[in-house]
Amino acid sequence: MNEKVMRNQRKKQTIIFSVIIIVLTYLSANITGFNILHGIATLPEAIVWIFSNLYITQESLEKLPTILEKLIETILMSIAATTTATVVSIFLGLMGSKTTGTNGVMGVFARFIASVSRNIPVVAWALILLLSFGQNSVTGYLALFVGSVGFLTRAFIESIDEASLSAVEALRATGATYFQIVYKAVIPQCLPQMISWILFMIETNIRNATLVGILTGTGIGFSFDLYYKTLNYNAVALVTFSIVIAVIMIELISNHIRKVIL
Amino acid sequence: MSLLTVEELGKTYNSGTKVLKNVSFKVEAGEFVSIIGPSGAGKSTLLRCINRMVEIDEGKVHFDHFDVGNLNKKDLRLLRTNIGMIFQHYNLVPRLSVIENVLHGRLGYKTTLQGVLGKFTELEKERAFFLLKKLGIEEHAYKRCDQLSGGQQQRVGIARSLIQEPKIILCDEPIASLDPNASKVIMDHLKSITLELNITCIVNLHQVEIARSYSDRIIGLKKGEVVFDGPSHRLTTDNIDIIYGTENRETRELITV
Repeated sequence: MNEKVMRNQRKKQTIIFSVIIIVLTYLSANITGFNILHGIATLPEAIVWIFSNLYITQESLEKLPTILEKLIETILMSIAATTTATVVSIFLGLMGSKTTGTNGVMGVFARFIASVSRNIPVVAWALILLLSFGQNSVTGYLALFVGSVGFLTRAFIESIDEASLSAVEALRATGATYFQIVYKAVIPQCLPQMISWILFMIETNIRNATLVGILTGTGIGFSFDLYYKTLNYNAVALVTFSIVIAVIMIELISNHIRKVIL
Repeated sequence: MSLLTVEELGKTYNSGTKVLKNVSFKVEAGEFVSIIGPSGAGKSTLLRCINRMVEIDEGKVHFDHFDVGNLNKKDLRLLRTNIGMIFQHYNLVPRLSVIENVLHGRLGYKTTLQGVLGKFTELEKERAFFLLKKLGIEEHAYKRCDQLSGGQQQRVGIARSLIQEPKIILCDEPIASLDPNASKVIMDHLKSITLELNITCIVNLHQVEIARSYSDRIIGLKKGEVVFDGPSHRLTTDNIDIIYGTENRETRELITV
């Protein structure tokens, strides 16, 4: 009896939930004038276009050295943005964590910085910074840096909070000073998670750097933009391909590192 | 003068609940004291007032020559180096080795820089190994702490507190997460610390029988108040009923066995 009632209730909930989703999808498509069927219908055409234009030719391969140079520039910039952001984030993370935060004002400040820089997308940062720094690599670097600080601070606060509360209490009870506790209990305990987050950030930044590069005219994003605007689609294909390879390689490397340290 | 004097200690947490009311007692050097009482009676808070891991709201705590409530940062640190602490969940750094965790007990004696760089003297290292040997876990010295069993981890905790060369050790439910065998090992070690090294032990316990058989003296705490304070052999079933608010035989048996 009870089981039946519950089953019926479940059924009702599922139906209501599905109806809501369908109505929402229909409404939003209707309001924006977007036709799902039309969108799906043009898909084959798009695929045909991709295959007939985006392929790598002998000619475009000659551009490979320049593209690779730009790609390496982009990767290095992403790594630099991540590592410098890490230094700032460790400090903010320690301030923002409940276990290691020294006073409330600094904690609120750290979390405020984290949420502001995280909730504004990297692309928006790039556009904002473009106004004051102009189209150069500093702008791209700063955009990635700001985004990374937000994300890493948030991640570090959580790692520190969950990993080290009890050990921090114990060391406090032995009379250890703040920095001794941080170096002897917090950092050793959180290091693997922190490194994991840093690796994730490097991957994300390399992906973002392409987009940011289009806006700021630097790195691989600039090459992409340049070839795209000069209708050199073969070169565009090569750029895309090399980005994909680079991202996959970085991901494989960081996965391997993660496996070793965790 | 007694080693530890607690006078009319009161503690209220932010939510307005009064956890400790008018608690007074004295502990002499070399005593083994158990504090018993139901969960939420304020046992942990009482222990943490002694080394000021929680702030003291009312009353006074005197330890050795320290007035615990009125210490500046430097003296508070000095106080804490004199007081060892053992926790229910051992509170070690799980990813570090046993020996590193034991040496953490010396951090209170070091400057920040020495501590951060991990500069421990040969003497301290020898002492750490000596303690591990005494506690029977010398062969695990280089293992990571999270590879040890609960009883072994608690022994690392004891070694960490002993290397502080404390005058008193506060134990916050040291055996609550351990099986009976490991519990016995830990309690035996704590007892021998008091007997051999003349270090005072104050132990929060849930098991009345263990409290009775190991300690010289028992303090019963109920809703933040001391309702029993006397030699263990004078703890009667009536006292236990008052401490735990038990009336029927079944619950009492659950507590005392």
